[in-house]
Amino acid sequence: MIIDAQTLVKTYELGGSTVRALDGISFQIDAGEMVAITGPSGSGKSTLMHILGCLDQPDSGAYFLAGENVAGLSRDRLAETRNRRIGFVFQTFNLLPRMSALENVELPLLYAGNHNATEPAIEALRTVGLEERMRHEPNQLSGGQRQRVAVARAIVTDPAIILADEPTGNLDSKTGEEIMALFFSLNAQGRTIILVTHELSIAKRCPRRIHLYDGRIVEN
Amino acid sequence: MYLVIIIKVALKSLYANKLRSFLAVLGVIIGVGAVIAMLSIGAGARQDVVGRLQSLGTDLLMIRPGQRGFGGVMTGTHQNLKKEDAEAILKDVPNVLAVSPVVQNKAQVKYYERNSAVTVLGAAGTYFSARNFEIERGRGFTDGEVEGMARVAVIGPTTCENLMGQDDPVNAVIKVKGINFKVIGVTKSKGDQGWFNPDDQVIVPYTTAMRQLFGMDRLSEIDVQGRPGADLTAIQDDITSLLRQRHRLQEDTDNDFNIGNQAEILATLSSVTRALTILLGSIGSISLIVGGIGIMNIMLVTVTERTREIGVRKAIGAKDRDILRQFLFEAIFMSCLGGLIGVGMGISVAKLIGAATQFTTSIQPQSVLMAMSFAAAVGIFFGYYPARRAARLNPIDALRYE
Repeated sequence: MIIDAQTLVKTYELGGSTVRALDGISFQIDAGEMVAITGPSGSGKSTLMHILGCLDQPDSGAYFLAGENVAGLSRDRLAETRNRRIGFVFQTFNLLPRMSALENVELPLLYAGNHNATEPAIEALRTVGLEERMRHEPNQLSGGQRQRVAVARAIVTDPAIILADEPTGNLDSKTGEEIMALFFSLNAQGRTIILVTHELSIAKRCPRRIHLYDGRIVEN
Repeated sequence: MYLVIIIKVALKSLYANKLRSFLAVLGVIIGVGAVIAMLSIGAGARQDVVGRLQSLGTDLLMIRPGQRGFGGVMTGTHQNLKKEDAEAILKDVPNVLAVSPVVQNKAQVKYYERNSAVTVLGAAGTYFSARNFEIERGRGFTDGEVEGMARVAVIGPTTCENLMGQDDPVNAVIKVKGINFKVIGVTKSKGDQGWFNPDDQVIVPYTTAMRQLFGMDRLSEIDVQGRPGADLTAIQDDITSLLRQRHRLQEDTDNDFNIGNQAEILATLSSVTRALTILLGSIGSISLIVGGIGIMNIMLVTVTERTREIGVRKAIGAKDRDILRQFLFEAIFMSCLGGLIGVGMGISVAKLIGAATQFTTSIQPQSVLMAMSFAAAVGIFFGYYPARRAARLNPIDALRYE
């Protein structure tokens, strides 16, 4: 079991009223699974993604990631956990400007204090099929290529989970299809992948779906 | 490798906003330049003043007659310094190297058809060394010439040029108040001192001046040169008590002479110019601080602009201190770059001022070093707050920032 979430609760103050974004959610994900988290906007899926991605802390409940309880870790320890255990893929790619594809992929390793970052970064770019474009900067790459670089950056530290937030949202259907194919092949290699999406067509192709509504799991 | 990335990112981000970065750096350039230029003016003024004073002799006490009067009403100058006073000082006061009686008056000096009204100074042979006069051509007078009331004269370079033009002055004969004097030497130029010009005078043995030229039996001044390293103030005290005794002054009467202490004047003037240097330096430092505020302003804008980038970096595992380092480095880099350019500018401005105006400038290596380290300190100080703000950003808010 790679993820064990136990009665996660998260509330927000919004304009004087309290919003329960997560209302006691519990679920488990095993290593090697490919899970889609779906739900309409406001259902709490972004909040859940933030907590799963160690960007945020739950108000109550426990979250075990690869056996370690993440709740209550300091800012620095959370940053380390994100660095080692989680690979992020965002809707808007979020590559760093003015840095080559290779440098972007190297960065997580450098933050981990790993000084031999170049070899693994090239290897990750080879996995996503962008080895020959590694010297290009993001603004010289197409959307699909940028998302491939982002995937390479996510897998370069060999994390426990890959967390993808609407990874095809900013791509046309053909390149979106290519990125999905990339995720399936990564899953076939044994990587755990969590896809956050509101597109049913994508969610339906995942072996397992968690559907959220009003901060609760309505389908698992 | 990590450092290489930090430097690379910093350079690229500064380069991407060339004009903005340049304007921020400009503040530091002007600040550092101003500090260096100002300090060089201050140091130059100090060297100038000290140099001029030293050319007059620093181990020198000048005894002049005091003012004469009654009940606070001053009516004239005492005529009470005698040749015997000078001899007594040399004999009785310890640590006195040389004593030169001086008499002084204005007189007309003639050389063939040319004439000039100059200061005629009667002095002893020791006067030249005590007052740091160098003899450029010829020689000074001997003790024998002073004893024998010889009609010999040492003239200043300005006087020499005015009277003789291109003629060889040594062994020429000039007339002082109608009496023939043989020119035996010319002093080396010291430059006009403002209140008098040591280059435009005729120096003759004081004995000759007193008896043959002016008919005076009192001295205008006694110059006392202390031994090297001797305490001038102690000598001054000894001379004071000796002269009071010789002039038979009562306990409650004031001195009828004044003693000028060159070392004291030097100390006062150099402390004045030091204060001037500090003042100028502080004005420069203020502009450096203003420059630092400019950097801080730009860094705050940069942090806001790159909020999303900060969010991404945090998401992939950057710790607070990684972000802090990145932005702090950019601020320090800007201020150090500004510092370097400012050093170049400050030195050129100082040289320009020195060449184009009457100010003397002197570039001190320590002030360059000080300005540079101050610039770096400004970078750290004013860069820290924006960098810390970047480091403390919440990753979710930063990632969502549009």
